[in-house]
Amino acid sequence: MGAYLLKRLVSNVLLVAIAASMAYFLAATSLNPRAKYEGRQPPVAEAVIDSTLDDYNLNDKKPVFERYVTWVSGVVTGDLGKTWQGKSVNDEMGRRIGVSLRLLLIGTVLGSGIGVAVGAFAAIRQYRVSDRVIGVAAFVIMAVPVFVMAKMLTIGAVGMNELLGTKLEYTGEYTPGLSGWDQTLSRLNHLILPTISLCLGQIAFYSRIQRNMMLDVLGQDFVRTARAKGLSRKAALLKHALRTALVPAATYFAFTFGTLLTGAIFTEKIFGWNGMGAWLVDSIQQNDTNAVAAVNLFAAVCVLFAGLLSDFIVAALDPRVRVS
Amino acid sequence: MRSKVVFARMLRNRQTRYGLIALLVLLLLAYVGPFFGPHDWLEKDFAAFMEPPSADHWWGTTQIGQDVYAVALHGMQKSIVIGFLVALISTGLAALVGASAGYFGGWLDKALMWGADLLLVLPSFLIIAIVSPNLRGGSWLWFVLLLAAFSWMITSRVVRSMTLSLREREYILAARYMGIPGWKIIIRHVVPNLSSLLIIDATLNVSAAIIGEAGLSFFGFGVQPPDVSLGTLIAAGSDKVPGYSWLFLFPSGLLVLLVLSVNLIGDGLRDALDPGSNS
Amino acid sequence: MTILEVNDLNVTFRGGIKAVRGVSYQLARGEVLGIVGESGSGKSVTSLAVMGLLPEGAEISGSVKLHGQELIGMPEEELTRLRGKSIGMIFQDPLSAFTPVYTIGAQIAEAVRIHQKVGKDKAAKRAVELLDLVGIPHPDVRAKAFPHEFSGGMRQRAMIAMAIANDPDVLICDEPTTALDVTIQAQVLEVLKTAQRETGAGIVMITHDLGVVAGLADRVLVMYAGRPVELGGVDEIYYRPRMPYTMGLLASIPRMDRPSARLIPIEGNPPSPAALPPGCPFAPRCPMKVDACDDGEPELEPVGPGSRRAACIRAHEIELKNLDGATIYPVPEPPAETEASRPRAERETVLKVEDLIRHYPLMKGAVFKRRVGTVHAVDGISFDIAEGETLGLVGESGCGKTTTLQQIMQLEAPQDGTVVVLGKDSAKLGRGERTALRRDLQIVFQDPMAALDPRMPVGDILAEPLRAHGRKDVPARVAELLTLVGLEPSHAERYPQNFSGGQRQRIGIARALALEPKLIVLDEPVSALDVSIQAGVINLLEDLKVKLGLSYLFVAHDLSVVRHIADRVAVMYLGKIAEIGAVEEVYARPAHPYTRALLSAIPLPDPNLERSRERILLEGDLPSPASPPSACRFRTRCPKRARLSAEDARRCDTEEPIVTRLAPAADHGAACHYPEVTEVPETAVS
Repeated sequence: MGAYLLKRLVSNVLLVAIAASMAYFLAATSLNPRAKYEGRQPPVAEAVIDSTLDDYNLNDKKPVFERYVTWVSGVVTGDLGKTWQGKSVNDEMGRRIGVSLRLLLIGTVLGSGIGVAVGAFAAIRQYRVSDRVIGVAAFVIMAVPVFVMAKMLTIGAVGMNELLGTKLEYTGEYTPGLSGWDQTLSRLNHLILPTISLCLGQIAFYSRIQRNMMLDVLGQDFVRTARAKGLSRKAALLKHALRTALVPAATYFAFTFGTLLTGAIFTEKIFGWNGMGAWLVDSIQQNDTNAVAAVNLFAAVCVLFAGLLSDFIVAALDPRVRVS
Repeated sequence: MRSKVVFARMLRNRQTRYGLIALLVLLLLAYVGPFFGPHDWLEKDFAAFMEPPSADHWWGTTQIGQDVYAVALHGMQKSIVIGFLVALISTGLAALVGASAGYFGGWLDKALMWGADLLLVLPSFLIIAIVSPNLRGGSWLWFVLLLAAFSWMITSRVVRSMTLSLREREYILAARYMGIPGWKIIIRHVVPNLSSLLIIDATLNVSAAIIGEAGLSFFGFGVQPPDVSLGTLIAAGSDKVPGYSWLFLFPSGLLVLLVLSVNLIGDGLRDALDPGSNS
Repeated sequence: MTILEVNDLNVTFRGGIKAVRGVSYQLARGEVLGIVGESGSGKSVTSLAVMGLLPEGAEISGSVKLHGQELIGMPEEELTRLRGKSIGMIFQDPLSAFTPVYTIGAQIAEAVRIHQKVGKDKAAKRAVELLDLVGIPHPDVRAKAFPHEFSGGMRQRAMIAMAIANDPDVLICDEPTTALDVTIQAQVLEVLKTAQRETGAGIVMITHDLGVVAGLADRVLVMYAGRPVELGGVDEIYYRPRMPYTMGLLASIPRMDRPSARLIPIEGNPPSPAALPPGCPFAPRCPMKVDACDDGEPELEPVGPGSRRAACIRAHEIELKNLDGATIYPVPEPPAETEASRPRAERETVLKVEDLIRHYPLMKGAVFKRRVGTVHAVDGISFDIAEGETLGLVGESGCGKTTTLQQIMQLEAPQDGTVVVLGKDSAKLGRGERTALRRDLQIVFQDPMAALDPRMPVGDILAEPLRAHGRKDVPARVAELLTLVGLEPSHAERYPQNFSGGQRQRIGIARALALEPKLIVLDEPVSALDVSIQAGVINLLEDLKVKLGLSYLFVAHDLSVVRHIADRVAVMYLGKIAEIGAVEEVYARPAHPYTRALLSAIPLPDPNLERSRERILLEGDLPSPASPPSACRFRTRCPKRARLSAEDARRCDTEEPIVTRLAPAADHGAACHYPEVTEVPETAVS
């Protein structure tokens, strides 16, 4: 097991390295940080621009491979380089990473947890009104892209605040100037809408998966055996079908994580959170090569970590794939 | 004969019926609707900026006086074309890569699946967002290729694993023992027997591509002006809500309906083509 | 004392499909009732209806009384309390019948705790006791294992343990041994007998295998097209059947005791439950049909003395004339006499396999995949087939027979050893030669559904090999082939799913014949077919062999079928050949202890023989081919070795036996240090 995990880890690190390098090359060749300086009033001398860009390892006059080598030698020592303004990418990332992780973690846990529960409920109530309502709702939600969902939530929040006088927050991470308990409450308040926006799609997706998997399992012999033993239909479903159907649902975890990551970009942008996702969009628009490369590195690590986690969950749930 | 059975079974499913009707209506709206509107999508009404819906401008006007009805329908045309093209290309690619990897195995399998893994590690959104500024000024068809190039991986993995089990199926073995070359077996026996999966996936890829296009365009990484798509319209409209909500609501509504109808059809197809599944 | 009474039970599925029509029977305490029928006869649906476990949408009418208490229409909660307590059920496929994510012990303990108020520890202890009762070694350790870690036979034992956990009054067994090998089947049937002794339950035994119930049942109910067609004591049914269907069924089975006789098939196919004929459902296939048969469905009525009832208007006539299957069914013409076959040594060798070895890496885990060992699937086997000969390759699952066949079909260099087809060494073939050789070497697969591409019409399926090898005149040849295997040329336009199993297998045979091969490899060609259909396919294979001068390599697990069709037989055990020789020699004087056990385990459709014969029961399971025993592979289970002196037995543990010719016979060899030379007792094979 140890040797296997090590091998797996090595191949994952390799995959991340190649993916991140690819992203760097893409970013370094398609983004143009020089533009940020050239358009300035008063004009900046070319030599000055060159030396500034050289300092930040962003000079497009240097062969891209040379820049890459510089970037890599920084990355392996833990230095992700400088932004186009010369600030440290590490510092910026340190500020933003927590924001994104908080959102992603809550989104994953709530999305999959509630989704599985809703799906199981729908499966037990197959063809009843509640199952149909859940099915229709899931379909509609899955058809609404995150950015439309986020905006609609904002519209809804504004409307609700006007009508009911509530103070549901829809921009930023917290209200500045508060402290202690008030600040915690404010953070929670700010968290509500982004969480809903990120989770709803996941819940809808997982509920469909879990329902379908459970109904697939329902027709299988072991559920019949469980009922032949004297378990009621509901007990057989909850004890035998739900647990077994979790296995295929868990394998979807790795795949949905990519969607979640993309969803986080929209959510952060629309609700004004300064996370990694928002940073990606901003830095592409600002031609900030090193920042883009850093976000990509972060994304690659997250995706692979999700894949590994998914494998572990599957192994924990399914004795058939464990190696003793 | 089989296609008739499948079609009949599909129509018996209520949600598929609704999906088909909705898609038909939306297609008609997109391609015939503009002829009935009072304005052309390029026309600018300098007497009406950001006007709410009225008898003259059914869905209101934009910041620069364009008729939202005309612009939105034009944008929907683009979204539909992009969605279908991307789905077609990416599903074809997925079938080719997945079936070859699964059937031939060995180093080809390893290489192809490693490539798919690599592309999966970086969410496609990120890559396309980085590359697309380079495409500014280029044709939107490049954008289609780019989207397709990053959306075949998951399907190809499914195709591969199904091919692996198909490969051990006796009728494939029979063909092999007859001396029929591998590529012919793939075309004649493997792909036709995966057609259910491919049709379902192609359908769901349509909606994924439409959402993907809209998402990228939302940040300005997709369709570039003066061209419009539902994504660019939603992006333009979303800054103006609340207040000028028609700018946001009409294109968003069209997008949601479009995706919903395609998803309903895809789900119904799954039921009709794959009688074992419950959905 | 009657404990279960079923009266006029009817089950109708959605779409008006009448799966069960008017089944009635009674079951007394300690009695075994066999319900026999082919696939689709409604026998399993009947038992699910009794349990109340039919899928939603099935309409049930009639009455099912357990201890006089009506079960049909009983509230679900009350029925749930009875299930597993008063009625236990054993299902066919023991792998899918256990929940994969819980341990065997936990699932049995669950069954205990549902109906008995005991603590977790006590239930777990009881589970271990039950596992011990059904003969699972180290039950305390094995209780903690997951279903996939059990072998098929062990799972079925555990299933029985679970079914008797609450001491039920009725045990319903739905094809409990169908998925198992014969030696394991013999073990499980013994366990069932033990279970019955322990609980005193009445058993309803559902099976398609007339051999299995012969030795076990007290009474037998025969079903056809959802209806009971004959009911009676086991001897009455087997020795004096009075319904032509039962008579045909018994006549169509290949018998170990009457090997050379031509098999008697029942023509046609069972009717679809959605489109039943107007009168007797068996009439279209019945050799005794008269016009009155179409007037209405005959009721199950008493015939002759005793308790027997039959649903046939001519049953009394049959009783009076004492007819049997062989007299009422037309016996098909035997194939035209072969030209006086030359001695084997003078004939050409079409296939020669020498020291063939095939090892696989053993991978474990689906997510955390890695190599954990080597499977010795085929470990040095040698045999040859002469022109015009049929070699039967028999053995239980996992013995390597399928791997052997794949190695031959691939026509590529094997890992070790040689495969020579028609004088050409497969390792030395060029690409063109290999393709050319494929014409002479063809295969027929086991599963007639999986062997035909469902998306191709039959004509294209048959044309595929013809086109691949550049044959002209394809449509004419396709028509010719269809006629050759007993189908219509017009069938070329239909799709495989429009044919019955037997017809599909005929199409598979036609495809194999397309290129006029010399050697056909038959991979369990009849094991997926019902007996009445199987007989027709076996006859066809026999006819074709003579007509076209073919040689067969016939791979099968059914020893009676091999006895019937093969000239020579090779018995495989764990990747090695245990015994090989002429069929008459091997079956009459089996020399290897494994062959003897195998032969004695075959259930015979003859109640008297079954009751009187002494079975050689093998201990335990087949060892894993990933770690086969050293020296003699059979030594861990060998009943003979147990009787040897310690000194003699040491030889089995240290020296690997090789196939040696047995002195008295011309064509008979066994891989055993101490081969049996005496005749096998009459009752074991008869």
